[in-house]
Amino acid sequence: MSIKLGVPSKGRLMEKTFDWFGARGVRLSRAGSDREYAGAVDGIDGVELVLLSAGEIPRELSAGRIHLGVTGTDLVREKLGGWEQKVEELAQLGFGHADLVIAVPAAWVDVDTLDDLDAVASAFRAQHGFRLRIATKYHRLVRDFLRDQGVADYQLVDSQGATEGTVKFETAEAVADITSSGDTLRANHLKVLSDGLVLQSQATLFRSRCAVLCDDSRAVLAKLLEQLSLD
Amino acid sequence: MTRLAYETSQAARLREIFVQAGAQPVECTILQPADTLLDLYGEDIRGRAYVTSDALRGEQMLRPDFTVPVVQMHMAHGAAPARYTYAGPVFRRQEDDAARANEYMQVGYEVFDGANLAAADAEVFALIRDALGAAPLRAATGDIGILTAAVSALNTTERRKAALMRHIWRPRRFRALIDRFAGRTPVPPARATLLAAPDPFADCAPMIGLRSRREIAARISALHADAKAPPIPEAEVALIDAILSVRETLPYALERLRDIAVDMPAIAPAVEQLAARMAALQDRGVDVERLDFEASYGRTTMEYYDGFVFGFYAEARPDLPPVASGGRYDALTRVLGQGLEIPAVGGVIRPGLLADLEGTA
Repeated sequence: MSIKLGVPSKGRLMEKTFDWFGARGVRLSRAGSDREYAGAVDGIDGVELVLLSAGEIPRELSAGRIHLGVTGTDLVREKLGGWEQKVEELAQLGFGHADLVIAVPAAWVDVDTLDDLDAVASAFRAQHGFRLRIATKYHRLVRDFLRDQGVADYQLVDSQGATEGTVKFETAEAVADITSSGDTLRANHLKVLSDGLVLQSQATLFRSRCAVLCDDSRAVLAKLLEQLSLD
Repeated sequence: MTRLAYETSQAARLREIFVQAGAQPVECTILQPADTLLDLYGEDIRGRAYVTSDALRGEQMLRPDFTVPVVQMHMAHGAAPARYTYAGPVFRRQEDDAARANEYMQVGYEVFDGANLAAADAEVFALIRDALGAAPLRAATGDIGILTAAVSALNTTERRKAALMRHIWRPRRFRALIDRFAGRTPVPPARATLLAAPDPFADCAPMIGLRSRREIAARISALHADAKAPPIPEAEVALIDAILSVRETLPYALERLRDIAVDMPAIAPAVEQLAARMAALQDRGVDVERLDFEASYGRTTMEYYDGFVFGFYAEARPDLPPVASGGRYDALTRVLGQGLEIPAVGGVIRPGLLADLEGTA
């Protein structure tokens, strides 16, 4: 019996993950052509590499179809209700850093904090007749954050891409999005609220609490964690 | 009998008790237009209710409770005094705790009647208590009206009072606002810079989005005006804190609030309303000497209660939500009344939780 390790299937996240495992003597590679989503594992027996979209790895972990998976903390917390019951964080891998932040137009010179945003939301609703729109794809994380912070009179509008452009196109008044350097926000004339950090995310190795393990695969997992110095 | 069948039969039995008490039975659709609920509760409701949609009617919600549709139905027919009861499933989205039910029965009793508010409060509380039977439950009560009366009485600007009123149900933001308006927290650096700037729009980034420069300028003038307003006096903040910390059995709480009302006479009518309610509860056979009262009770649940609030809790099962709860929601009838309003108070029982308690007894 083997255990399955889910890794993002493309880009820097995949390469950096391969590097991280490689540095610990577990060599991951893509088999065949660049277009084929199959992988190989050298340096340990009984581990199968599964290449997946980073966004699907939380679901596969919670379904128990993979035993281990590398993905962002942001995606696990957004997609899995009660995530601590479904997965265990084994290691933060030190790359893929990204902050989920709340940003508003830089021209809002009167707004710097969530307190300002809340006051503006109240006035905006009175003036425009609808609740101030915040574009995001992280609905749960942003809603929980704003509820804890006591911000009212806003609404979340779904934006699966090019979120920073929504304010200019007047489909939202503010955004909640992932940023690493802030360059894209600045280029779109947006600024981050000084207390608008919802979550700091980075690539993380998770273990599924839902995957079934037989004795053999339990032994493989123990050996792998030992090799990764995570035992 | 399955649990669901038992829960359903208990719901029917409880509803019959309310019918016998004079309530008219009503039915409500399960699918409710999402707009009304979103307008009332804001985005938070999406975390608590199931939202669905179709291309024709747009977003709909599986009813998270009956109160809103019952109020709408009542107000659409002219807001005359009435008593209603209902029984049926409600749906609550659960994303963090799999042990909490996402579908359960609610049986409710709602009174629309402004003739005697204290008597109506006591009627709902006592009827629900009696319907709960012998289950070992602890009652908690509160009164949002005392806190709102205190906020209205503060010696400060209308704008500050409105900001505090808006956050009565969000204790954390309410506290932050009080601290700022009282000058307890320093002015944030960015705010100080803004207020000191001769031209706040100097070097300003391009205007984007729907919020106009005029709106931004209007808020900056409001912030200037607010900076000139004197802080809320420390003594008044202490009175708000004193009110929020009242947690006694009802007669002692009343005594404590009457003491506070000596220094803050504007809350006296609300406190006397509490006294009238205590007398009405006593008339209904409630042992008020052993009834708990907490002035901050009900501030974090559903934000439509604006007066009397209550809940019944299983003492042996602190993990369970309240078995029954309710309160007064006069303002909700105004919001949904399209120009009409009527004082209203009501409560619900969760027969499923009663069944759980019988199972563990």
